[in-house]
Amino acid sequence: MSDVATTTGETLAVPSAAPIETRATRLRNFWADFRRSWVAVGALIVIVALLAVSFGAPLVAPQNPYDMASLDWMDAFLTPGETGTGGYVHILGTDNAGRDMLSAIFYGLRTSFTIGVSAGALALAIGICVGLTAAYFGGRVESLLMRIVDLQLSMPAILLALVLVAMLGQGVVQIILALVVAQYAYFARTTHGAATVERGKDYIEAARSTPLPTRRVLFRHLLPNVLPPLIVVATVQVASAIALEATLSFLGVGLPLTEPSLGSLISNGFKYIHSDRYWLSIYPGLFLMVTVVAINLVGDQVRTVLDPRRSR
Amino acid sequence: MLGFIVSRLIQAIVVVFVMSVVVFVGVYAIGNPIDVMIDPGATAEIRENLIRQYGLDQPLWRQYLSFLGNVAEGDLGRSMVYNTSVVGLVFSRLPATLELVLVAVAIATVIGIPAGIYAGYKPDSAGAKAIMALSVLGFSVPTFWIGMLLIMAFAVELGWLPSGGRGEVGTILGIPTSLATANGWSHVILPAINLSLFKMGLLIRLTRAGMVEAMQTDYVKFARAQGLTDRQIVFSHILRNISIPIVTVFGLELGSTLAFAVVTETVFTWPGVGKLIIDSILQLDRPVMVTYLILVVILFVLINFTVDVVYARLDPRVRLGGSR
Repeated sequence: MSDVATTTGETLAVPSAAPIETRATRLRNFWADFRRSWVAVGALIVIVALLAVSFGAPLVAPQNPYDMASLDWMDAFLTPGETGTGGYVHILGTDNAGRDMLSAIFYGLRTSFTIGVSAGALALAIGICVGLTAAYFGGRVESLLMRIVDLQLSMPAILLALVLVAMLGQGVVQIILALVVAQYAYFARTTHGAATVERGKDYIEAARSTPLPTRRVLFRHLLPNVLPPLIVVATVQVASAIALEATLSFLGVGLPLTEPSLGSLISNGFKYIHSDRYWLSIYPGLFLMVTVVAINLVGDQVRTVLDPRRSR
Repeated sequence: MLGFIVSRLIQAIVVVFVMSVVVFVGVYAIGNPIDVMIDPGATAEIRENLIRQYGLDQPLWRQYLSFLGNVAEGDLGRSMVYNTSVVGLVFSRLPATLELVLVAVAIATVIGIPAGIYAGYKPDSAGAKAIMALSVLGFSVPTFWIGMLLIMAFAVELGWLPSGGRGEVGTILGIPTSLATANGWSHVILPAINLSLFKMGLLIRLTRAGMVEAMQTDYVKFARAQGLTDRQIVFSHILRNISIPIVTVFGLELGSTLAFAVVTETVFTWPGVGKLIIDSILQLDRPVMVTYLILVVILFVLINFTVDVVYARLDPRVRLGGSR
């Protein structure tokens, strides 16, 4: 943008002639920058593909692992590539209950994505509220809220989530709740950090002096300016929520195998680790790894693009 | 300074107290441990007696008060599963966890710091890029899955190392540890590698970032102008300057290593405190859960307190600025 201004020369004298940045151009610029890393683009394609197969699982997967009637014990422990009683090839083999691993992974991925994204979104919303409130009001409110946030941040998320799941019990909702409590603090800290910088600026001062309600100043004036770092944290947190859920399920305090998530599939496969049935745990793990790494790679590139210190 | 320490100390005590209430209520709100403990065929009388024996017929606030009273006397209750004192149980498991954490931290340091130095010294080389890619993997791939792959590769396929458990325990300087025997080492090495990977990724990134920044500073330029070799500059100038932040962050991370030990210990059936907490959650062994959790809270509050005091000592703005 600044290139345009300097090459034409005369625009320098007339600042109002600078190109107006609408939401659409900003998005286009963002995409142009994002595209520069082919690794990130590849990772994005992988994520879209995984989302498609997981949420389209009922259409793509050869079997419904939730439906106990479609499982046949005759099909138990088929090696990858064998054909089962259903008459189709089990590309990734079957488990001890005769579940087609590929189908179970697609459905499991769906559970993992649902948990990861909803936990991330909820934590983001709560974290923004806490962070903005602290930064806007300052004083005692700020020190109390941020002390709590800091204390939580000093504890590893896995420990916090483990304790919460132990208290709340098993199930999708419980896990999401536990993850939200364990993760909102990251968003609160980021929001607070960015907002304390913004609140000293004139436009906030100006907005505060108008009779606009506090809520409006917070969400319409302050929030849009602290969004970029939050987007970065959000991608990283979705990935870590997925990994955390898998870890909890693996430890046996997450989801039961009747509601397969990637973690519970791996946990089930772990029981057969000594009997050469590697496919039970390796394949769900590979999908988990690819998912988490792909999200992190995209997050890395988003961070690079949004970094204000980056020279254009 | 003294006022600052006192106010932070009071805060710390309040936090521990509040957390103990939260933990107690949270843990005691779930399930009924009596159902887990006794034979379903037991008579109602035995049941009643047991409930009374554990004080479970009392209202929750009274249970909490009697718990506090016992804690003041150093008694955190008896495990419902092992039927021994909880404090004794936790402390009997602690050495196993500590030796695992110790070896893991040693591995992370010995490999992580040189790798980070190299990656920061030649940031554009293929080796540096490979190191960074590996550190990203160490960060993002869940610990339990890597642990499982290690077992598959080295225990099941190759058969070089045992897949779990703690080996023979010998003594070094009167301390019982499996690091005293070869068999013990063969058991500790896989879980320790597993536990070290996350720390290693962190160390590599920290060291690299410090190196890259230090290479552009004036003191390095002066050292170059003086005719020192790169080796001398890295080892006697840069390393000394970047070691302080690395040690700080790494010290802070020790607490989280204990937490990650929960996962590694479960994968490798390592009989430490991490395995103990998972087992007690699954078996609803409330006294053990409460004790472990309160100990963890105290540990983290202590770490936070120390950091606050040290930073306040180093940077006056911290104690003057209050919350910010």
